[in-house]
Amino acid sequence: MANYSTNEFKSGLKIILDGDPYNIVENEFVKPGKGQAFNRVRVRNLKTGRTVEKTFKSGDTVEGADVHDTDMQYLYNDGEWWHFMDPASYEQMTADATVVGDAAKWIKDQDMCKVTLWNGVPLAVEPPNFVVLLITETDPGLKGDTSGGGGKPATLETGAVVRVPLFVQGGELVKVDTRTGEYVSRAKE
Amino acid sequence: MHEPTAVTDWPPSASLEAIRARAAMLAQIRGFFADAGVLEVETPIASRCAGSDPALDSLSTRWHGPGWGDGLPLYLHTSPEFPMKRLLAAGTGSIYQICKVFRDGERGRRHHLEFSLLEWYRPGWSYQDLMTEVAALIRLVLGRPDLPSERLSYRGLFRDRLGLDPWAAEPPQLAARAAAAGIGGVGALDLNRDGWLDLLLTHCLEPGLGRGGLTFLCDYPPSQAALARLRLDAVPVAERFEVYLDGVELANGFQELTDAAAQSARLHADLETRRRQGRERPPLDASFLAALGAGLPECAGVALGLDRLLMAALGVHEIDAVLAFPVERA
Repeated sequence: MANYSTNEFKSGLKIILDGDPYNIVENEFVKPGKGQAFNRVRVRNLKTGRTVEKTFKSGDTVEGADVHDTDMQYLYNDGEWWHFMDPASYEQMTADATVVGDAAKWIKDQDMCKVTLWNGVPLAVEPPNFVVLLITETDPGLKGDTSGGGGKPATLETGAVVRVPLFVQGGELVKVDTRTGEYVSRAKE
Repeated sequence: MHEPTAVTDWPPSASLEAIRARAAMLAQIRGFFADAGVLEVETPIASRCAGSDPALDSLSTRWHGPGWGDGLPLYLHTSPEFPMKRLLAAGTGSIYQICKVFRDGERGRRHHLEFSLLEWYRPGWSYQDLMTEVAALIRLVLGRPDLPSERLSYRGLFRDRLGLDPWAAEPPQLAARAAAAGIGGVGALDLNRDGWLDLLLTHCLEPGLGRGGLTFLCDYPPSQAALARLRLDAVPVAERFEVYLDGVELANGFQELTDAAAQSARLHADLETRRRQGRERPPLDASFLAALGAGLPECAGVALGLDRLLMAALGVHEIDAVLAFPVERA
């Protein structure tokens, strides 16, 4: 992959630092009037998710990272591997629990996910922003019982547990915002 | 960089308030200098010569005219210093200039390749006297007559806040101090002593300067003298100052070096640094050196960034907010 010079730095650029792929979150040009110019960047490690600050001398170069996002359809998981397919090429690939991460709580067969690939290898999986899932288990929730202001817990078909309003019952479909893990509404399909 | 100006980029990036504030600021500055008896001058932006400072790169162009069929290479000035010193040597007395200057490779929240500089010179003044005048001008433009000001020494600042003597500390010690301060990526940085000092200054010290008032940072290491005179005390210093407000560098000033031989030596040393770094070595300004040889009066001079002064007056933090059309939409 090509190298980038600091004057090409900008948010969203993917680079390799200490062998790991990073995303530049923020790039600041720093220069005292008659002195050395620096680029002070905030970068997120795409493997660990951690954000750090690094300073580069202006003019230094870094290795670019072959990282890009692609839409893939989730097929199934066999307990160890999650299987995805590129709907355009029918190519399949697998990702383990670490790479799938939180997405495992929300995805069901045929959901389209955003998969981040590094050198063609899955690095992270992002579920759709909203999913519709079946409630497999929840208490009936007594009408008029407003003492538990936060609703009641409900277990979904994926195993995830979300808080739902008291009037929602087992066997119903609910729409969940995967970014917050919160119930949005009941759903039909 | 995105495509050259999209159809939606036609409006200015500065607000009408900022555009009007700039006009008011320029009028105030002209009034200030008229009252003080300082003459406004205009010197060329384009020159056959360019500065040699390794920290600054000039933009260049070509002019085709009589005798120059292939194009005369011209450089856009990074500051009007050299021609203004030629004017001083010709006997103008105190002069000021408001002009655009150009610097290659500089772009950020506080940097733009083209920016407005106010530069002025006071023959017969010390740089301490000039600092007083700089403070007065800034107070006028900001409308803050009671804005406090302090003067700190470069060496004192490093010793007090970082526990380092910038005159004595060597790169390994400076690097260790940078790492200890939490600056990321120190291990991969290849810097000389002044580079490490700049790293520590920008990352650790500048944010604390000019808080609640103006900070004049004075007496720089001799290696960072630029065109300032050296004072050979027990600990030699460059008679240079910088002005900070709210962590932002607004101006740079000197007790000007008037010794032609010493100035020539510095320019040649700069060119040698450029050669070692494999960078362009633009033609040296022989007219400037000749003017020094003819006699530049002892004087103090200062260059102040008008865009940043305007940003301070308006309370904004992005230079684009005070520029009518930054380069991305110019």
